[in-house]
Amino acid sequence: MENFQYILPEIFISVSIMIFLLVGVFKKNSANLIYNLSNISLVILLALIINLSSLDTIYLFNKSYLIDNLSNYMKIILIGSGIFVMLTGSKYIQVINLNKIEYPILILSSILGMMIMISSNDLIVFYMGLELQSLALYVLASFNRDNLLSTESGLKYFVLSALSSGLLLYGCSLTYGFSESTNFDQILINSTEFNYGTTFGIVFILVGLAFKISAVPFHMWAPDVYQGSPTSVTLFFAILPKIAALSVFIKFLYTPFANMYDQWQTIIVFISIASMIFGAVAAIGQKNLKRLIAYSSISHMGYALAGLATISNQGIQSSITYISIYLVMNLAFFSCLFMLKRNDKYYENIEDLSGLSKKHPILSFSLLIVLFSLAGIPPLAGFFAKFYVFLAVIEQSMYFLAIVGLLATVVAAFYYLRIIKIIYFDPEKDEYEKSHNLGLKITLAISTIFILAYFIYPSSITEIVSKITMI
Amino acid sequence: MNFPILSSLILLPTIGALFILFTKSSSGKYQSAKYVSLFISLANFLLSIYLWYIFDKNSVDFQFVENREWLSGFINYKVGIDGISILFVILTTFITPICIISVNATITNRLKDFLIAILIMETFMIGVFCSLDLVVFYLFFEAGLIPMFLIIGIWGGERRVYSAFKFFLYTLLGSVLMLVAIISIYWITGTTDVEKLYELGIKAEYQNLLWLAFFSSFAVKTPMWPVHTWLPDAHVEAPTVGSVLLAAILLKMAGYGFIRFSIGLFPIASENFTMLVYILSLIAIIYTSLVALMQEDMKKLIAYSSVAHMGFVTLGIFTMTQQGIEGSIFQMISHGLVSAALFLSVGVVYERHHTRLINKYGGLVSIMPRYAIVFMVFTLGALGLPGTTGFIGEFLILMGAFEKNILVAMIASLGVILGAAYMLWLFKRVVFGEMNNQELKSMKDLKTFEIIILSALVIPILFFGFYPEPLMNSIETSVENTLNMYNIDLINNLASKD
Repeated sequence: MENFQYILPEIFISVSIMIFLLVGVFKKNSANLIYNLSNISLVILLALIINLSSLDTIYLFNKSYLIDNLSNYMKIILIGSGIFVMLTGSKYIQVINLNKIEYPILILSSILGMMIMISSNDLIVFYMGLELQSLALYVLASFNRDNLLSTESGLKYFVLSALSSGLLLYGCSLTYGFSESTNFDQILINSTEFNYGTTFGIVFILVGLAFKISAVPFHMWAPDVYQGSPTSVTLFFAILPKIAALSVFIKFLYTPFANMYDQWQTIIVFISIASMIFGAVAAIGQKNLKRLIAYSSISHMGYALAGLATISNQGIQSSITYISIYLVMNLAFFSCLFMLKRNDKYYENIEDLSGLSKKHPILSFSLLIVLFSLAGIPPLAGFFAKFYVFLAVIEQSMYFLAIVGLLATVVAAFYYLRIIKIIYFDPEKDEYEKSHNLGLKITLAISTIFILAYFIYPSSITEIVSKITMI
Repeated sequence: MNFPILSSLILLPTIGALFILFTKSSSGKYQSAKYVSLFISLANFLLSIYLWYIFDKNSVDFQFVENREWLSGFINYKVGIDGISILFVILTTFITPICIISVNATITNRLKDFLIAILIMETFMIGVFCSLDLVVFYLFFEAGLIPMFLIIGIWGGERRVYSAFKFFLYTLLGSVLMLVAIISIYWITGTTDVEKLYELGIKAEYQNLLWLAFFSSFAVKTPMWPVHTWLPDAHVEAPTVGSVLLAAILLKMAGYGFIRFSIGLFPIASENFTMLVYILSLIAIIYTSLVALMQEDMKKLIAYSSVAHMGFVTLGIFTMTQQGIEGSIFQMISHGLVSAALFLSVGVVYERHHTRLINKYGGLVSIMPRYAIVFMVFTLGALGLPGTTGFIGEFLILMGAFEKNILVAMIASLGVILGAAYMLWLFKRVVFGEMNNQELKSMKDLKTFEIIILSALVIPILFFGFYPEPLMNSIETSVENTLNMYNIDLINNLASKD
């Protein structure tokens, strides 16, 4: 029983979900209430996890569940960004009539699934968490059910994701078959010798994970799903599943498969390079901002994975730093997107930004900062994210990866510049609404100031992350 | 010296920009924004003059050094200046107020944003010349792209989008390799601190690749042939003030980088690649001078002449002689003043007549006599007439080149003649000759503020042309020190081979 105090956050969120569900069923018109309650419960959840984060590594439930520095940090940024996602999206879902009780409950369940994924130390627990988050995400993607694109994106995501889950499960079974255990630590001990079974297992598991993180060549769902889903869900897609998937990536590569690094290193390098280049090139022709950000996130995942390919603590830490800065940049970008509203209609094409700077100087300035940061131009936060990754990559003398990655940033800079050009250089269009809800404004202000002022104290994230050691 | 004088120099313009952000204008004229920016930039100029006054010219060490923990404890925020960088700092703080005064005439829309962009730009430019850590240097070097991109893109001419993109992507592409090199240096030597790197030295086996990576960045920024094509586009489309900043200061970052980093950190590689630089410089001098001769657009002509002048600079630096390097630094300062003045002069007639085509002008001397005089001084400065700063720079560079390689020096001397040809021909076509165009008759001579800014440029061009001693004094010790280190490194390398 003494184990239960350590999974208090998970228990708390599960109980909250059930209570909210009951409230939603028995109390009419309670959508707003549940939305706000969910937000409060996320804040409490965050407090509970921060409370636990001072502890050292703890194994729970027969070593199938693990709480350590990695899981704590990842959960904190996961739930922190969850709170901001809820804050920024609250007005949006009201305007487009999606304010139903299921929406916050689905978000909470998917967060619960991600928390289980992040903490899992066993193939079966991991798969349970993965499916919990995926099932919630399928519904969220098609949540705007009267919209053709939204239903399409939900279906597409479901079919492709089910396929990748199948591959993943196959990989898990192969791994189990050849290493005789589902426990990550046990697999590490049992897989000292090379055998084809485990290698195949690794490949299938990596394919499944690459799908979840939308890395090339398993990215094809991302643009459609990003475009079709309601924008608040797109924001959720762009941040939270990536955090969970990246931490599972770290976990798989450096716990059960740590001895097999010569098998997976080339795969990660390939996925990383392909994502960086493809994300940069494919985004050039896009007209829809959500679609563009989908490609941009593909290429950003390439950089995050580049850190993992280094097989060093510094590389892992740089990846985690990268994703932390990436999520702030995405929050800022989507906050700007939520502000493009006129007469209860949201605009999401690049042309809609034309000449924005004349009538909305502050909004345009925030977008300018975010876009230059996404492009990785110093002295903004995005540059430091890339800097840490390349610092780790070059330490391992992986010059090819570094040079390709940096050249891809130049290509990527082109399409970010194109948006800036449209905002600042093009003739202006109609004015957008200027009153926004407080949550949105606060999110935008905090994230923009973070990006802009990061260079003053650039060690802020690295110091926390430096506690995470996997090797 | 506990007061962080260099950090204040770097940060003051940004603080000014923040102030301007909160100024309001009821009439849309932004008077307060103009005064704040002018005040801040003049204060910065006085501060830099004071810095020059208390600067010890006989010391070989970096002075006013500030060293703070910054990036996870392994990379420090380190700034400091020596005799070379202080001149560039003063050039920057001198040109910025001139830009701000001339904003009056050229910029009509979004004046406030423009002033903020210029002040932010000043921060980055001073930062480049002061930084004593490679990462800090890279940060300032790259950050300058953002305001310059906006200056060209928002306030530029017709093809501004194309030019802004070309400028940004060219420079970024050149610079990313430098970032790889900087990180590699960190892993090879364990530090990015320039002073420590001077002491430690970098192993000969790594130097060639690292030198090339730095070169790719500096060659684009200089710009050297064949990657100079972004410069004419950027200059033609940029507003006058943008061209002034670009020509006077941004191009100098690369020349400064060559002296500080290429020669200072990679002496062996610099020796290996001397011939490459000579050839590229000679092509730049001869080829772009010929191109300049054929231009019909005044700004484009001056832009190509900038490429040729920067060719002299790179040539002078890589002669590795006291005269050559001193001449290059002098040439950079001189070109900073002269090209700024020329772009402002073009701006003066462009603002009145709204064209930059040379054949639309002629006979301006009869209606704008004052303009004709200052324009003549600048023309003579650009072609290097004795008595102007241009002469001293070119003369020293050629002296250095003769010492090392007579053929190179002779070809480069042809460039001086070509320079005289295109500048005098430009002057003849614009200022002298028949006034065929009747519309020109309505043009007014210089206004008061134009007289102020142009004479502010005439004075140093003539003064330092006749009496270069103050500038030479300042750089002499530092150049000597750089060359000493360079030669010692080369001798050590030869000794280790034997």
